[in-house]
Amino acid sequence: MELNSFQQKAFEHQRPTIEKFGRKSWMWTIFFLVWIILGGYALYLQVAEGHIVTGMRDNVVWGLYIANFIFFIGISYAGAVISGILHILNVEWRKPIIRIAEMITVIATIIGPVFILLCVGRFDRLHHLILYPRLQSPITWDVLAISTYFTGSVIFLYLALIKDFAIYRDANLNIPKWRKKIYKALAIGYRGTPSQKKHISVSMNLMAIIIIPLAIIVHSVLSWIFGMTLRPGWHSTIFGPYFVLAAIYSGTGVLIMAMWVYRRMYKLYDYINDKHFIYLGYIMLVLAAGYGYFTFSEYLTDWFGSEKWNSEVIHKLFSFSEYGWWFLFANVAGIVLPIFIVAFPKTRKPGWIAIASFFMVIALWVKRYLIIVPTLESPLLPMQDTRLEYVKYSPTWVEWALTFAGIATFFLFFTLMSKFVTIIPISEFADKEKAKEKVAEKVINPESKVIPA
Amino acid sequence: MKQEETNDKSRRDFLKTAAVATVAATACGSLACSCGSKKHEHAASGEKVKLLSPDGQMVEIDSSELRGHHHASIVSSAEARSGIPGRKFVMVIDLARCKNARKCVSACQKMHHLPVEKEWLSIKLMKDNEQSAPYWFPKTCFHCDNPPCVKVCPVNATFKRQDGLVLIDNERCIGCKFCMAACPYSTRVFNWEEPKEDLDLRDMVATPETSVPSKVGTVEKCDFCPDMVRQGLLPDCVTACPNGVFYFGDENEDTVTNGDETVSFTQLIKDRSGYRYMEELGTKPRVYYLPPKDRMFPVERGYDALPEDLKGRFKDVMEEGKK
Repeated sequence: MELNSFQQKAFEHQRPTIEKFGRKSWMWTIFFLVWIILGGYALYLQVAEGHIVTGMRDNVVWGLYIANFIFFIGISYAGAVISGILHILNVEWRKPIIRIAEMITVIATIIGPVFILLCVGRFDRLHHLILYPRLQSPITWDVLAISTYFTGSVIFLYLALIKDFAIYRDANLNIPKWRKKIYKALAIGYRGTPSQKKHISVSMNLMAIIIIPLAIIVHSVLSWIFGMTLRPGWHSTIFGPYFVLAAIYSGTGVLIMAMWVYRRMYKLYDYINDKHFIYLGYIMLVLAAGYGYFTFSEYLTDWFGSEKWNSEVIHKLFSFSEYGWWFLFANVAGIVLPIFIVAFPKTRKPGWIAIASFFMVIALWVKRYLIIVPTLESPLLPMQDTRLEYVKYSPTWVEWALTFAGIATFFLFFTLMSKFVTIIPISEFADKEKAKEKVAEKVINPESKVIPA
Repeated sequence: MKQEETNDKSRRDFLKTAAVATVAATACGSLACSCGSKKHEHAASGEKVKLLSPDGQMVEIDSSELRGHHHASIVSSAEARSGIPGRKFVMVIDLARCKNARKCVSACQKMHHLPVEKEWLSIKLMKDNEQSAPYWFPKTCFHCDNPPCVKVCPVNATFKRQDGLVLIDNERCIGCKFCMAACPYSTRVFNWEEPKEDLDLRDMVATPETSVPSKVGTVEKCDFCPDMVRQGLLPDCVTACPNGVFYFGDENEDTVTNGDETVSFTQLIKDRSGYRYMEELGTKPRVYYLPPKDRMFPVERGYDALPEDLKGRFKDVMEEGKK
């Protein structure tokens, strides 16, 4: 594969990251593995003794695991929507960050459903979902939607990787033979011929167009698992769009955080520059405004009405002796803070925007928790139960251990991926000099069939 | 003295043989019923019992091999899913008569071999508004005609039968708890841990009609005792209630009975102004309630004699009621 000057420079800069698995990488890997092993022990306890080791009981039947599931599927929208939409709009500045975005999508879509599996009482009967599915159930829609979405995202990520695999294959890297073989296999004979280029380009356009409605369907279906029940705080007509918007929003936040971390770790300042943070910051601002509008509309409507079935949940969310502080945090850090940080030029900088994203992502996790638990603690019939653990949900160490194990797995996948492929896609760097020539030619001779890159 | 002892001994022997012969018949009967099910390992108690086998043989086995007979008619899974043709079961609960005796709760738990903490049938203390008096509200599964639980089950583990009952197949259930989130009446319970082994249920054939033995990680609920109903018996809660609170019957026959009185279902609902709880949810429950008017007992009757832990459940409502 022939590389132009920009590609050459990008490749030489990132070459060490895929060639070496140094001490730092080992340290991070072991750190994450410790959390995963702890989670493994928690899982063993849960399988051996039953879900009694969690904090869930007959009233609050869904807790941390489902919050994590929604959270992870939510952040997976980084790739699906950001990468997808930016691709369709052919926005040039997206090119260095699409790989990070797509990695977030694929990895989050792997980890999210694992949390559902943890929440299900009979691990050993999951095949029933395939053998005896009931199409009328929102969970079946979810299974179909997420598996389709995952397949689509993997394809989308892979298509963008093929060119790079070809570059790694031809680059005579200082890596063991088995890795060279893998690159060769994954490059599936790409040589850079015009017809191959066209195939990849057409396929990627197609996937980008497909992924967007798919993503909207996935999170809408997920929201309807709540929206289709007869519970206060859940039976809301705006849950579909609300969840989709929250997902895209949280995805943007995680993308910004990932960009900031990788930029620092692998010294990618030339490739991911301030402009990326600012543009994504603008996107984040718009999404924050939209998400804030939906949140405001939802809670204003619930609060203004007098129905008892809603007021119990609203009371729990607004009262500082219950979930009030968490609700305040979720809305201030989740909506107000990002808007202000991006709005003012003084704080419209990568560091600040990354901090805003960090708190925003945590705030959105808290929001998912606040959607699930207060509603389940407010059933329509009085609980009248003296067992405290049945009345109030409090997650046990098992649930926290598995939550952190999931987060650690997420980071571990990222660490390992960044050792396998370069974070900045080499092949995306068009030859700027040639591009300028083509633009110049087009200006002089509009009839020319030359297409500027 | 010695004569008495000998008489006692021979009387004892006679009774023993008679009892053993009865037990043998039922033991062999349930043995036949549970053919093909797993044989469980259990510790031999060392005590030997003589039994008479159906073909006239005297056999001696260890007493730990004897099983209590769970009165159940065993039907195939397909029949259990389809239901009893031509019936449409319905229940009417008379709130004017309930004094929270809780005999229904213990009978249900005994019948289904449930631990004391697990209530398929629970009694709430309801207070409709600030002015009205609190009343005891026994709550079974309503076996709704438009069940929100059946709608959401992804694997068809819970289903609605032609005779109106909503049952759970605990072999199919994956424990996702979506049905528990969907039920607005909080009627379903979950097996959070391995249920304590009940020797009487060891060789029980599990069908959705028997609902037991409980399985860890699955959902359960009141089932209107379909295995008893199939034999023409009333559910245990109906017969256990000392005040005739529960009426159970068939909408097709337009008859409900509480064991003592048998009345026309539609007439009862018309005369006593029967209603369904939270009718506006549109789930179409099959359990009707008769309003707590002209009560048989003051509400304190069901509260004052309760043990402390149960009192704790209703303290808030009772205090409010006294204001």
